[in-house]
Amino acid sequence: METFEPVIVAFCCHYCAYTAADMAGTLRIPYPSNVKIVRVPCTGKVDMIHLLKAFEKGADGVYVAGCLEGDCHFKNGNLRAARRVREAKKLLAAVGLEGERLEMVHLSAGMGERFAETAREMTEKIRRLGPSPIRTAKEKQVP
Amino acid sequence: MITAERKPLEEIIEFIRPYQRILLVGCNECVTVCAAGGRKEVGILSSLLQMTFLRQGKNLQIREHTLERQCDPEYVEELTPMMEGVEAVLSMACGCGVQEVSRRFKDKPVFPAVNTKFMGASERQGVWAERCAGCGDCLLGITGGICPIARCSKQLMNGPCGGSSGGKCEVGPEVDCAWQLIWDRLKALGMEKRFEEIIPAKDWRPARAAGPRKIIREDLAE
Repeated sequence: METFEPVIVAFCCHYCAYTAADMAGTLRIPYPSNVKIVRVPCTGKVDMIHLLKAFEKGADGVYVAGCLEGDCHFKNGNLRAARRVREAKKLLAAVGLEGERLEMVHLSAGMGERFAETAREMTEKIRRLGPSPIRTAKEKQVP
Repeated sequence: MITAERKPLEEIIEFIRPYQRILLVGCNECVTVCAAGGRKEVGILSSLLQMTFLRQGKNLQIREHTLERQCDPEYVEELTPMMEGVEAVLSMACGCGVQEVSRRFKDKPVFPAVNTKFMGASERQGVWAERCAGCGDCLLGITGGICPIARCSKQLMNGPCGGSSGGKCEVGPEVDCAWQLIWDRLKALGMEKRFEEIIPAKDWRPARAAGPRKIIREDLAE
């Protein structure tokens, strides 16, 4: 368990979180390499199926990083994403996954430090929760 | 449209537990519009089932397919090449679709993945409400375009009843009194007189009281 390195998928909005990740890089702020970023044009584009598929394929944690409330480039895509995340948590619970493995966060493009902090927090949290039972089951299946 | 809601996951899981290879079939019509059984929902259910059975150490094979319309034999026929090796079918269409698949593929058990609810309209994004009860003898022409059969809790032909208060039905504060709506509408149209006319007792035979219904169009039927 000590060597457990979680795989975390972060769906990042092009207009905020993705730019914030860029800024974290420019400012040389380190964040865990466990976080795999998927750039999306708006978090409103992130559908339920994307969240579920990430877990089905073996992610230990997933988060959606969208704009601050009221700042969405497409008006309310971030709020829609937040509602989907809430609903997806319920679905994950139904298949026996802890809801905390999925989170919605809000950032602005200037929050490089906050981006790195979120990545660290999420990685630590998932590390504490341990590997996703889906990933464990998949690994068992492989002969 | 016909509205539906996905069944609880546990119920669906119990249907398919004995099988290894299933075909999950969605429908591109009503259940897509009410977000219950279209391509998206097929993908979501498939993912949830995969994860559930993975945890239980079972390798479930799910084939996904969404038909243009599951209540028409020509479209259901499309499933034929996909049936090979499939042990059971899980349908996300309304009850009509489930039965069409079951009629066509008699050797496969077909299970419903949604509960078909009612004929309704979309009130706003994500909200659907019952609007038509399919009574077979439309009254909307004399009730100001508001249906007392589908929307009055008691299906009263001459309302409102004493349970109408502040425009709401005694069944619950979220239910509008259909007869209040009818009155308001007739008044707005200057057709209050119509309200005075007693609507005679309804003949319920066309409303299924005479058994399952069928439409035969002589000009179209072969």
